[in-house]
Amino acid sequence: MIVDLPDTSTNDVNKKITGLREEGGALTLSRVLTLVIAPHTEDLVEDSIEAANFASREHPCRVIVVVPGDRDAAAPRLDAQLRVGHDAGAGEVVVLRLSGELADHSASVVLPFLLPDTPVVAWWPAVAPAVPSEDPLGKLAIRRITDATNGTDPLACIKSRLKAYSPGDTDLAWSRVTYWRALLAAAVDQEPFEPVSSAVVSGLKDEPALDILAGWLASRIDGPVTRAVGELKVELNRPSETVMLSRPQDGITATLSRTGKPAALVPLARREAKECLAEDLRRLDADEIYREALQGIDKVQYV
Amino acid sequence: MTAVNDRPDTTWHNPLRDKRDKRMPRIAGPCGVVIFGVTGDLARKKLMPAIYDLANRGLLPASFALVGFARRDWEDEDFGQVVYDAVRQHARTPFRQEVWDRLAEGIRFVQGTFDDDTAFTRLAETLDKLDIERGTGGNHAFYLSIPPNAFPVVCEQLRKSGLAKPRDGRWSRVVIEKPFGHDLGSARELNSVVNSVFPEESVFRIDHYLGKETVQNILALRFANALYEPIWNNNYVDHVQITMAEDIGLGGRAGYYDGIGAARDVIQNHLLQLLALTALEEPVSFSPHELQTEKIKILSAVKLAEPLDETTARGQYSAGWQGGEKVVGLLDEEGFAKDSTTETYAAITLEVNTRRWAGVPFYLRTGKRLGRRVTEIALVFKRAPHLPFDATMTEELGQNALVIRVQPDEGITLRFGSKVPGSAMEVRDVNMDFSYGSAFAEDSPEAYERLILDVLLGEPSLFPVNEEVELSWEILDPVLEYWAQHGKPEPYESGTWGPPSADAMLRRTGREWRRP
Repeated sequence: MIVDLPDTSTNDVNKKITGLREEGGALTLSRVLTLVIAPHTEDLVEDSIEAANFASREHPCRVIVVVPGDRDAAAPRLDAQLRVGHDAGAGEVVVLRLSGELADHSASVVLPFLLPDTPVVAWWPAVAPAVPSEDPLGKLAIRRITDATNGTDPLACIKSRLKAYSPGDTDLAWSRVTYWRALLAAAVDQEPFEPVSSAVVSGLKDEPALDILAGWLASRIDGPVTRAVGELKVELNRPSETVMLSRPQDGITATLSRTGKPAALVPLARREAKECLAEDLRRLDADEIYREALQGIDKVQYV
Repeated sequence: MTAVNDRPDTTWHNPLRDKRDKRMPRIAGPCGVVIFGVTGDLARKKLMPAIYDLANRGLLPASFALVGFARRDWEDEDFGQVVYDAVRQHARTPFRQEVWDRLAEGIRFVQGTFDDDTAFTRLAETLDKLDIERGTGGNHAFYLSIPPNAFPVVCEQLRKSGLAKPRDGRWSRVVIEKPFGHDLGSARELNSVVNSVFPEESVFRIDHYLGKETVQNILALRFANALYEPIWNNNYVDHVQITMAEDIGLGGRAGYYDGIGAARDVIQNHLLQLLALTALEEPVSFSPHELQTEKIKILSAVKLAEPLDETTARGQYSAGWQGGEKVVGLLDEEGFAKDSTTETYAAITLEVNTRRWAGVPFYLRTGKRLGRRVTEIALVFKRAPHLPFDATMTEELGQNALVIRVQPDEGITLRFGSKVPGSAMEVRDVNMDFSYGSAFAEDSPEAYERLILDVLLGEPSLFPVNEEVELSWEILDPVLEYWAQHGKPEPYESGTWGPPSADAMLRRTGREWRRP
């Protein structure tokens, strides 16, 4: 069900939420977090809600979308929309459109809707503030999720995350490569039990997930890590073997090959934003490995 | 063998792994799983779907193989089709062609009987070939989804063909399912047969209850919270009820069940494991060894309450109506003798002789054709020592209870008294519910997924060791002997909560069974 509340106040919206819940029975009792989504334009709204609804099936949450309306309006104005039941995932969705001067005070509008005593997560699906933890919305959250992939200059974006880093920050480019990392780590678990002496990461230029993957390798291994533009693959060199994980750019099956061993195929499609988001909501503590990977990007040699 | 192939020394550390990296899933290393008894229900409904689900979650290695062993005259493709059908019908996660294709490439079938030496030679050849073609690395898990009387011959064949022998840098593990014997003597015999071929650390005994999230959560509930442990003792707990009820009957299962009965089938393994987790002291750490130590310690403190004619009860379902369906009694089920004395309901009373639990009876019950399918652990608390209310105000107040709902509708219920709204002071029981389904909406993985993955990773925490099995039989044996010598099970109507003698058993001490 979708309910529109044009030109309204936070108080009225809250009353309506309680009312809808009483009417519909106890539909949303134990939500584990509040997810605040801050798309910078209207056209990101639907995709973001869809991703949040997907993630809410794993982590029941209240989803609050704050989006700027008409910034130039003379009088401040709040338009709200509520979605519950079939139109929301396992929770409820509150869309808040802020016009006029109000557009610069989103935190004050969001505050009354935060669930008591549950963690708050902020997600910027495209353009993120330079320092997420100092943004008014970011200050409300214990986890701040950005997505360098949708930034204007992805490489500059992912590189800028280190300077702005504060515990609780993560980027969806990082969750995009979790299975790549897991497969590589599992490969290195096998004999020969030798250190990794160098690594190559190659792929599209504008894929920050590969930059952070290279950064992660650079932070973990004792040796040079190269980031190249070209076919999609990761190569780990050990004294007596080479481990290579590669995939056609748009493929869904990757090949894991190692010196002297039969090549193995493994399903490894590009992860969609919604799956990455669901993974990011799984843990809300500081991701230190992410930070080290960001630091590692500086050590990566770009060719 | 060259130096490169030696086991890693303790100084080797994979630089890509870090304890703090909590995102990274643990993927099993290259390996092959051999299932004996692929035509059975368990293999089709649980094992094969669980293997697909693991693959779909990206937790199986790229170099993975699944080998079926059975008497049927099948080719690899026929077996592949059987797995495919099982996956389509029973898998938990959505079907994805690319995942299935990868899995299907590693599926093989070996035809033969357990006493056929050449079949095992063929099995060894098949596995060797897979090591070369698929890179499974000589690591094999043998899943014995077969009746226990076939264990000795299969174990012996695995030994003879050299498959059971762990070689340098490779592992060979065996997975066995209950029943682990039918009394202490037979359990010891079975353990010695299995252990003569596989060392104890390579033996994984599946008790699928231990793979359930709610069961693992017992430890989190008790030891991660400040709230419960202070009242988790005989100062506050009046008694504990552990129930596993099933609504199904035994039609078609006579071959397995007749002469075994509910106590051997369920109490010896599932219920005593649940009791152990509920009653154990805090382990020093959650390492497999420490947890096992605590489980063994608590099981060794468990004794039957006596006299057995007053503290135990058994029954056998008779015809009745269950959930809108007319069902026959056990004696009319196909394959059961008309004078069968196999019990389909069993209840026993246990004492745990430790400082924490002295004087708190643990009531365990299980049965077929009961009211509904439910498994739960209920801690029923003592009444408040003094109630500053008039008797009329608290007439409807029962005892507080904390119920761990193991299945279905996994979660925890806390039952306590609350004032009824209105001008009069009247206190009535209410429930506070925590449900897994609403706090963590993702389906919890099937118990078998977790357990199979743990076998492949060599992580033994959730598998009972031989000492636990033997201690459980030691606890149960006197009841089985007593029942064999005295009378026969009391009939109870299908669809009810068991025989009257079970109610009488609790009423003697002024208690009642919960209606779960």
